[in-house]
Amino acid sequence: MQEEDKTRRKVLIGLTSAVGLSGLPFAATPFIAAWNPSAKAKAAGAPVKLDVSKMQFGQQIQVAWRKQPVFIVRHTKSSLKSLDLVLPKLADPNSDQIEEPYRGLNLSRSKSPEYSVFSGVCTHLGCAPKYFPEVEPKPWDASWNGGFFCPCHGSMFDIVGRVFKGVPAPTNLIVPPHMFDGSILTIGEDKEL
Amino acid sequence: MSEIAGRLFSWVNDRLPIVNTFERHLSKHPVPSKVNFWYLFGALAAVTLIIQIVTGIWLIMPYSNTEEQAFSSIEYIMRDVDYGWVIRYMHTTGASLFFAVVYLHMFRGLLYGSYQKPKELVWIFGCTIYVAMMAEGFLGYVLPYGQMSYWGAQVIISLFGAIPYVGESLELWVRGDYYISGITVSRFFALHVVALPLVLIALVFLHLVALHEVGAGNPEGVDIEKYLDDDGIPLDSVPFFPYKVLNALVAIGVFGIVFSVIMFFFPEGGGYFIEMANFEKANPLVTPDHIAPVWYYAPFYTMLRAVPDPLGGLIVMAAAVAIFFIVPWLDNSKVASIRYKGIYSKVAITLFGVSFLTLGYLGTVGVTEIRKTMSVVCTIIYFAYFLLMPIYTKFETTKVVPERL
Repeated sequence: MQEEDKTRRKVLIGLTSAVGLSGLPFAATPFIAAWNPSAKAKAAGAPVKLDVSKMQFGQQIQVAWRKQPVFIVRHTKSSLKSLDLVLPKLADPNSDQIEEPYRGLNLSRSKSPEYSVFSGVCTHLGCAPKYFPEVEPKPWDASWNGGFFCPCHGSMFDIVGRVFKGVPAPTNLIVPPHMFDGSILTIGEDKEL
Repeated sequence: MSEIAGRLFSWVNDRLPIVNTFERHLSKHPVPSKVNFWYLFGALAAVTLIIQIVTGIWLIMPYSNTEEQAFSSIEYIMRDVDYGWVIRYMHTTGASLFFAVVYLHMFRGLLYGSYQKPKELVWIFGCTIYVAMMAEGFLGYVLPYGQMSYWGAQVIISLFGAIPYVGESLELWVRGDYYISGITVSRFFALHVVALPLVLIALVFLHLVALHEVGAGNPEGVDIEKYLDDDGIPLDSVPFFPYKVLNALVAIGVFGIVFSVIMFFFPEGGGYFIEMANFEKANPLVTPDHIAPVWYYAPFYTMLRAVPDPLGGLIVMAAAVAIFFIVPWLDNSKVASIRYKGIYSKVAITLFGVSFLTLGYLGTVGVTEIRKTMSVVCTIIYFAYFLLMPIYTKFETTKVVPERL
């Protein structure tokens, strides 16, 4: 074979391979995309919307988002003021040890000064802490200012989900991404984040 | 009658290289005449692979790969399927013993320099088999969808999350859901029973083909190809069949006894082979007290925990496995076997062995301050064994390797 033909053959082989290979990402697309969350999984894990204006002051409700309970608390003015009183008892008042999406925005740790939104899963072993809003001596704390108490292993959190010192739970309760549109709270999505 | 059989055989043999293959790979395949027990674990690994494939096929039949059914289908296998418990325990015992024999097989490689030129590719295929096995074992452990399946998978999948930028979306992509759900279980099932076994079988094939091309080693590190008889066959060799095959059969017999004792009397292996938390159904809301990996991943899990930063831990853990691949180019020694290497190599491999076992122990127990320090020290020794190998193998006095085996 002549030198010229060899070069021509090389070019043709190169070009054919390049064109063939360029199809590879296209052929791979369905196989990779099929691993994404399916429409059904997405629907099941979609953000949860609810109207929180009907909540009473001091009330706590629970909604499920992605199979996990999320607590919402509507604070009273006095309960927000009392947050200063619990400061010395807290292990991590500014949530420095965890990923905190709205650090320093509000006392409530959420996007609204009036409502707190945080996960209802104890950071110790995943039990559900219970809401005890009363300011009165409790068996677990003689100077209780209201907050959450985990019945499983006695972890204590204040009314905005911050963990006390000397309890089994290692970190504050996690704040999920959320947003308020008027009184409509969306949990699991924040367009500004 | 025998004439017909003979004619039938040669009809087939003319069309399929039966005699050729038998001679090339068995009856005329020369292997070193003197080896020791360390050279038996390869055969045992092959036997275990076959056990895993056969029991695996039988387990697929009653198993159900859905979130609701996975855990109860395991209970169903254990209680309602005739001899289901034997088949399942054979599979779980097989998994642990597979790792045990492969670890011993790999250690043999390090002891006797089985990775040295020209056996680099045999070693690399072997290392790849080990990586595929680790993946296979992990995927299989998730399938019962018990508590440890769930939370172990949670820890492993969240490792992907430590990768910068793409981490979180990669995690979601691997799970296919926002938590480890039936979707995750069923894709792991597909990988565990089809994709990775195919990869494993192909790799084992390559491992053996490459081995038969370059020839097996021996504990003396003697090159048997140097002295050949008139037919070009090494003087210090015996044919693989029947000598090595019969040898291996004895080993397989002993192995079978050990296997049966574990399978029938200690199938949970004291919580090391099947962790107790896995007798409880997966619950995304309740973390077990103590998340520990199965024993065969424990050394690497300890290294992961020894580094405070998740990404750093991931890198250290991956490097600990990856470093095996470059061992052929780390060893500068003139001799292959530990018997003829110098004192540095002997000290190094002893320290390495001790640190690996210690790392393994630390991975199965909770963290305390002293244990944390120990894991850091052992991790450093582990890496030092490999990274200092080019130096200590070069500057040590070796003994003279004999000419003949």
